[in-house]
Amino acid sequence: MKRFFALILCVALCLTTLCAPAMALDLKQSDDYYGRFKGKNISINVYNWGEYISDGSNDSLDVNAAFTEATGITVNYSTFATNEELYAKLKSGGADYDVIIPSDYMISRMIQENMLEPLDFDNIPNMSCMDPRYLKNHYDPEEKYSVPYTWGTVGIIYNTKMVDDPVDSWDILWNQKYKKNILMFGNPRDAFGIALEKLGYSLNTTDEKELRQAADELKKQKDLVQAYVMDEIFDKMQGNEAALAPYYAGDALTMMAANPDLAFAVPKEGTNVFYDAMCIPKGSAQKEAAEMYINFMCEPQVAAANIEYIGYSTPNAEAYKLLSEDIRNNPISYPSQEVLDKSEEFIALPEQTNVLMDSLWTEILTNDNQFLKWVMPVCLVAAIVVAFTIITLRRKRKAREQEY
Amino acid sequence: MYKNRAVSVPYLLWAVLFIVVPLGLVLYFALTTRQGAFTLDNLSRVGEYSSVIMSSIWLSVIATAICLLISYPLAFIMSRSTGNTQRTFMMLIMLPMWMNFLLRTYAWMTILEKNGLINQLLGKFGLGPLQMINTPGAVVLGMIYNYLPYMILPLYSTMIKIEKHLIEAAQDLGANTWVVLWRVVVPLSMPGITTGITMVFVPCISTFAISRMLGGGSSMLIGDLIELQFLGNTYNPNLGAAISLVLMVIILICMALMNMFDESEDKEAMLL
Amino acid sequence: MKQRNWLSRFYVGLVMFFLYAPIAVLIVYSFNANKSRGVWTGFTLKWYRQLFHNDIILQSLSNTLLIAVVSSILATILGTAAAIGIYSMRRRARAVVMNVTYLPIINPEIVTGVSLMLLFVMAGIDLGYLTLILAHITFNTPYVILNVMPKLRQMDKHIYEAALDLGCSPMQAFSKVIVPEIAPGVVSGLLMSFTFSLDDFIISYFVSSSTSQTLPITIYAMTRKKVSPEINALSTIIFVLVLTALIIVNIHGARQEKLEQKRYASFM
Repeated sequence: MKRFFALILCVALCLTTLCAPAMALDLKQSDDYYGRFKGKNISINVYNWGEYISDGSNDSLDVNAAFTEATGITVNYSTFATNEELYAKLKSGGADYDVIIPSDYMISRMIQENMLEPLDFDNIPNMSCMDPRYLKNHYDPEEKYSVPYTWGTVGIIYNTKMVDDPVDSWDILWNQKYKKNILMFGNPRDAFGIALEKLGYSLNTTDEKELRQAADELKKQKDLVQAYVMDEIFDKMQGNEAALAPYYAGDALTMMAANPDLAFAVPKEGTNVFYDAMCIPKGSAQKEAAEMYINFMCEPQVAAANIEYIGYSTPNAEAYKLLSEDIRNNPISYPSQEVLDKSEEFIALPEQTNVLMDSLWTEILTNDNQFLKWVMPVCLVAAIVVAFTIITLRRKRKAREQEY
Repeated sequence: MYKNRAVSVPYLLWAVLFIVVPLGLVLYFALTTRQGAFTLDNLSRVGEYSSVIMSSIWLSVIATAICLLISYPLAFIMSRSTGNTQRTFMMLIMLPMWMNFLLRTYAWMTILEKNGLINQLLGKFGLGPLQMINTPGAVVLGMIYNYLPYMILPLYSTMIKIEKHLIEAAQDLGANTWVVLWRVVVPLSMPGITTGITMVFVPCISTFAISRMLGGGSSMLIGDLIELQFLGNTYNPNLGAAISLVLMVIILICMALMNMFDESEDKEAMLL
Repeated sequence: MKQRNWLSRFYVGLVMFFLYAPIAVLIVYSFNANKSRGVWTGFTLKWYRQLFHNDIILQSLSNTLLIAVVSSILATILGTAAAIGIYSMRRRARAVVMNVTYLPIINPEIVTGVSLMLLFVMAGIDLGYLTLILAHITFNTPYVILNVMPKLRQMDKHIYEAALDLGCSPMQAFSKVIVPEIAPGVVSGLLMSFTFSLDDFIISYFVSSSTSQTLPITIYAMTRKKVSPEINALSTIIFVLVLTALIIVNIHGARQEKLEQKRYASFM
């Protein structure tokens, strides 16, 4: 009986996704605005974080499909795992994205390096829906290059069945008890951020001594770490593979919904508060269409549906009004002022510090155990001895053969 | 048309443009800074990562050796079997090769995880969960699994050329199995062994997908290091080019060593 | 002797088990109703259905096929012409060209990929379909050359002259004498190029863009996020297709052999 019902549901879902249009959205701009590119066969390339948009699964709104429905513009959607990957992709040239969604410090770095197009806000009327608090920010001081997408905090997500200590400090990620059960951020900025918080330093320090201390902490932690991950964390925490992991609040909510054993906590030393925003990289061929996409993402109904699915916090005041009471009162998504007071934003670091952090990060990742250090010279010697023996034996054999 | 050298001109142009020039660019990037000034800095920085290089070589050597040990008896058995069985064998060996290698590596993730199949099986017997994934061992396993067919095929193609009569003759002359193996089969299959080792060692040492999926960052390999510099979390194409250069030199040295063992000129036939 | 038979059968069985166990796991879990990898909750075809609606996978599948077909055909033409030309070269020139040809084969894929990426970026070419095809042709052609050259070498040098003596024009002599001789090499070169193109990940990873992703790249991106069993469904389908193709080839080969044996027997 259940199977039959499920089958009918599946068929119905398939039919609805195939025939009927995506949910009838109440858009703020009319077809005059959104219909400008209809029939012109335009497509834009959107580059966003992984698991960061409502894609139609679990009865959610498929934002990209809804956009194509409303505007006739095709969306080529691809994802990146870290800000640094995005930066490398853009910097190495040959990339042709129209909309990118990096984080605060990366945006200010790209502004400094002249990698972003200034936005034409006449084309983005939905800016008026934004909460003005999020428009005045450190990373885009001229308010010219970005439109906020989400914001949130970093904290520790942990498995209540596997962790019996109180989770209130970053120290727990260095706790020997949870050896090989700890996951860590797979990108330098976030990882260093945690180590710096643990030591009590600023997240944006440029002091070489402090950074080296943080690097030492991370090296000490390496033995306890199961893996350095970004979005692989979903499967791991949901599958009870690891006990502790620092990650973003929105994703924590998603994981907690899938696995009720999980919980989220913000350590008392304070944490990082981040802002992700939509930008257009320099050289985009479809700037107007890109701005239309950004505008669409700011539609209150679209933003609300999107944010409900991904779990993060919205900077869109009108969308916030559309959220349910539960979500608005959830301290994970919308933490108290107390927590926010202890949080620090990332700021773009000077080039020198970036280079130092990069080389320290590579050092941390390549920090191998002592065991391998003596194996190698021994093997080298052994290999040379073996090669020598074989060559000598061959020469002897050849000499013997020549005698015949 | 038969003795027509001009026919190869398009390819020669192609080769220069797409093989020689890019390698020249790698050399160029390795020897310059971001701004274009000449420097040996990048190459000296590679020295800092010698532990990565050593561990990559070490893991690849282990993987290649195990591949060789597993494939040798198999190739021998295959080559001694008859027509239909031989064909079936070939088919069975080639089938995994046609499946996408990322998918096969992903399959191992399912099996090796803490709540994966092996641990579930062990759990039924009351044995504790083993930490298998995210270890260098898992990376070696992934390498062996993915490149085993590439070792079997060259060995097999050389072994079928070994005449049965040779082995019979050796046995008639009084050699036991061990001697037959060491004195007859191994020397005759040497070209296959060297090709097989080449075809396994080179991809092993330069992989990055396997170490990322099964190693979880616990064992960084040269491939990971290079990928980090170009499309990964630390963007430094000059350093990446320098590491690539060092990798190429390591491989050329290994090739030269291999060539010392292989006196046969007939290199092309090995790949068939 | 019987012991050895049993031992070798056991050994072969063990290796085959090792090779096929992960594939079997993939296939079995493609029918798992539960999304997570560990637990089995029930039989379902849901992932197969979702797979067919997954535009990204379908698009990358068609990309992969298109690029494989185009690049293998072009590589075969280029490579065959090259092999004929190289065969006619003097010893020194031939050695140099062959060494250059070996470079993409012995070079680790990551170095080839990185060098091609640098080339395209420095030349200002946007990464995409064009760069993918160029890159694939570059690493496929050497394999074609390596497959055709032995056939050229094995060919009797005088057949061509004999054909001319018997009244063929050079064109006819080429197509009737040389082409059939090298045909097996050309065909195996074509197949080899096609296979390598289909499965190539590392080189494509460096020279592709977001709009021209090939299947391996899409799979890699999928494994870095929440993994959906659609990957398993995809693997099963690929497995079944390849198995069918190989069985057909096998049966064809067996039949050919039987025919030849019959012909040989009828001679006697």
